[in-house]
Amino acid sequence: MANALINAPKTAKRGDTIEIKALILHPMETGFRPGTNGRMIPRNIIEHFSARWNGEEIFAMTFSPAIAANPFVSFFTVAKESGKIDFLWTGDEDFRVTESVAITVT
Amino acid sequence: MASRRSFLVGAAGVVLLPFDAARATPEALAELIKQVTGGREVRQGKIKLDAPPLIENGNTVPLTISVESPMTDADYVKTIHLFNEKNPQPHVFTATLMPRNGRAQVGTRIKLADTQKIVAIAETNSGELWTASAEVIVTIAACIEDVN
Amino acid sequence: MRLRYLGLALVSIFVASWAAAQSGGGDQRRTGYQDMSAPLQQMEDDDTANPGMLFVQAGEILWNAPAGKANKACADCHSAVDKSMKGVAARYPAFAKDTDTLVDLDGRINLCRTGQQQADALKPESQDILALSAYVTRASRGLPIAPPADPRLVKVRAEGEVLFKRREGQLNLSCANCHDDNAGRKLAGATIPQGHPTAYPVYRSEWQTVGSLQRRLRNCMIGMRSEPYAYNSAEYVALEAYLMDRAKGLKIESPGIRP
Repeated sequence: MANALINAPKTAKRGDTIEIKALILHPMETGFRPGTNGRMIPRNIIEHFSARWNGEEIFAMTFSPAIAANPFVSFFTVAKESGKIDFLWTGDEDFRVTESVAITVT
Repeated sequence: MASRRSFLVGAAGVVLLPFDAARATPEALAELIKQVTGGREVRQGKIKLDAPPLIENGNTVPLTISVESPMTDADYVKTIHLFNEKNPQPHVFTATLMPRNGRAQVGTRIKLADTQKIVAIAETNSGELWTASAEVIVTIAACIEDVN
Repeated sequence: MRLRYLGLALVSIFVASWAAAQSGGGDQRRTGYQDMSAPLQQMEDDDTANPGMLFVQAGEILWNAPAGKANKACADCHSAVDKSMKGVAARYPAFAKDTDTLVDLDGRINLCRTGQQQADALKPESQDILALSAYVTRASRGLPIAPPADPRLVKVRAEGEVLFKRREGQLNLSCANCHDDNAGRKLAGATIPQGHPTAYPVYRSEWQTVGSLQRRLRNCMIGMRSEPYAYNSAEYVALEAYLMDRAKGLKIESPGIRP
């Protein structure tokens, strides 16, 4: 199953500030919630999100359990050159998902 | 305590989030802010925290934080933090920005265990600290499902 | 003792707000969307921010993936979903073509799974069935709910209506007590909706995920302290058939967002 949904323009003018939105499927289980058996459900969260444009980091974010399930992040970046934007989410239980989108800068 | 709450949840179909294990408090929030700022001056202004004044369910609270900044190599916002005062832990997120962002703005969705204050702090490359806060009223869902 | 007190409290909340909703003529139906706060409405309206779209995207992949002993994909039989599935979700529950088998949309998808693809049926509320259902239902977004004229459905809807109006559970409530008699009033901080199933499969904040109409019905039954039916039981399908008829003409908005 594709876990992540990225929304970014496919094309941009050089120097434009563009918005990027990223959604990912994840329960963000806080570790502070009891299950039906009364025991706490173990914490299982994404801890870190980052975006790289042709290898150069353009944004990063550290999550605590208070980030909502199926984390959504939106941020801006300046379009410099055509290429690939890579996204990486890492977290508990060796969670690691990557996604990438292509962008053409004119 | 937990069992009494569970009973109430079932009986009334009313949500009481059983956060007994730990709890952020205004003191814990102040302590964390002190750690992050190192006791330096934190000023109001330049930063805007857009959060709904009222949300029907605290599991998904959309918000946007933006900071006035030219976002140049000489003058940019390098971090934006968000904290809360009543969740189990005071920290919500820390975003790392750079001149390349062009605009110092971050949007996300958070969980709030209860009606409470949230506090955003931004730090610039020169070490200036800006803060804004918002009160979010979380109304209680009338009907819930058992946890599964 | 406490239970009785809480039951009384609920009744008094209803009584206290009795006057508010007795108004006006015309079609007074409204969906939960209209009673949601603006931030949640925006989340539903913006495909680039709607978390239900994660399931729609996953559904598209499943739609095109060969499955089962037949090694066939949905796409091998059906043309592009925006054509072949347009309006389909607005018609179910219905009797499967040339059969006496009454199914809701998820049931229909599983008939394809077991029949055409020779694969195992997808489990109720599993990610895959929700994803396929969300993908298929999205092809009906904006279209009015249009239950079929099949005379066999008349009896099914009548059964559903009986279930909807029958008091049950430890709180001795019927669905109609809230969603007909007291819709628009407050139960604690929440506005009681009329209970129109326009948003399903729906991303519900309370669940922190996407769920089906059957899950929502189950959720209500638990709230009433009633014993929920088994998933895919005739009772749920009858209730769904009644609710879709009751919401006839209202527009499908899935993947919807609700608190």
